[in-house]
Amino acid sequence: MALPTSVVASDDAIRVRDLRVRRGHHLVLPGVSLEVPLGVVTGLLGPSGSGKTTLMRAIVGVQVIEGGEVTVLGRPAGSKPLRTLVGYTTQAPSIYPDLTVHENLRYFARLLGVATERVEEVIDSVDLREQADQIVRTLSGGERSRASLAVALLGDPELLVLDEPTVGLDPLLRHDVWRLFHSLADRGVAVLVSTHVMDEADRCNRLVLMREGHIVASGSPDELRERVSATTMEEAFVALAAGS
Amino acid sequence: MTWATCERVLRQLRRDPRTVALLMVVPPALLVLFRWVMEGQDEAFDRVGGPMVGLFPFITMFVVASVAMLRERTTGTLERLMSMPIGKLDLLGGYDLAFAGLAGVQAVLTTAVGFGLLGLTAAGPIWAVILIAIGNASLGMALGLFVSAFARSEFQAVQFMPAFVLPQVLLAGLIAPRPSMARPLEVVSDVLPLTYAYSALARITASGDLDRWLARDVAVIVGFTLLSLALGAATLRRRTP
Repeated sequence: MALPTSVVASDDAIRVRDLRVRRGHHLVLPGVSLEVPLGVVTGLLGPSGSGKTTLMRAIVGVQVIEGGEVTVLGRPAGSKPLRTLVGYTTQAPSIYPDLTVHENLRYFARLLGVATERVEEVIDSVDLREQADQIVRTLSGGERSRASLAVALLGDPELLVLDEPTVGLDPLLRHDVWRLFHSLADRGVAVLVSTHVMDEADRCNRLVLMREGHIVASGSPDELRERVSATTMEEAFVALAAGS
Repeated sequence: MTWATCERVLRQLRRDPRTVALLMVVPPALLVLFRWVMEGQDEAFDRVGGPMVGLFPFITMFVVASVAMLRERTTGTLERLMSMPIGKLDLLGGYDLAFAGLAGVQAVLTTAVGFGLLGLTAAGPIWAVILIAIGNASLGMALGLFVSAFARSEFQAVQFMPAFVLPQVLLAGLIAPRPSMARPLEVVSDVLPLTYAYSALARITASGDLDRWLARDVAVIVGFTLLSLALGAATLRRRTP
């Protein structure tokens, strides 16, 4: 019931205004503003330490912020109705290592109040059918991060916030996972994916380039390259970062 | 959601049979050792041994709960849970239920060994000893969950046991009767929960009167448990720095 209203409320899944976040004495985000539209895959691209994780945590509503405004699906970030509408994975696979993939999913499904059939669906969509009854501790890194991704998919979220979900995946699986992101986006889901791998930039419909807590540029991969007449995203990043 | 969490915690414990075995075997084994140490001092063994049966669950559940919650914090699962529609008290309640169940089994085993094999006697009913033991386990667990918020590593969490629990054991009246303590110590022991846990157990084993003093002790145990759970819930933050 919450689904259609929030889609109507705004075309942007996320609106961030002048977000300031301090971690320790360091001002990680000195005043970030950005919009993330529904129905596309947005890549948050930048070197490690550029503030991607902090920005994502603020969007999910688990980060203490110093100032600014974060609106998600028309509501303040972290507000109660969003807890079933936003799927989130941290960089570390946040699942129980001493349970099987199945057991993990069944537990989180009960918390989200979704049917058990949904557990089987997400297992298939992340391609973990064969590992479903394996204890998470014994899985490979890539399998673990896919299990964590499966938890994020459980509630059929309208917004997926995924912090480096493709780390440790072999090229074939990486391909499959990106295809999954696009099939979700085609259904209207907003997908926000962070990565520090420039090669993955072209997999995104839209890119937000970050460096040292600032947004350097945003736009489609082609647009960004054309703007500085670069042939690769690496070159474009360097030129855009130097120019900002 | 409380029930789902309880089930999940028990499932995790099932994957760790060694911890479960230690929880079940160590208290009865310590009691056997104590009996042996107290050879020829039957009266003293009976006076201290009875209440000890009911205090073990407090100590073990304190350690187990603080480490379990610390793990939840460090693996990132707590951050995930806090982004989901689960209440903080659902989470703590789930842990409480799971560990109280475990403590129940532990208490029955320890009681069977102590009162069955080793000849401990209780003036009051044995089931009351078991019930108080389960209540103490809940208290220990709630305190453990709360203090785990102040531990940055598992080393620190384990050190909280001697720091928070042993002074309470020393002051509870088990080692030396409270009226014989220096006045400041007696005052301190007045506000420590384990004092009442011990007092309840001593009443049941020594006098056997299920009177209003016992009711007061039980009320204090329950009150401290609820207070610790509330404090524990307050340390679970949806937003972290």
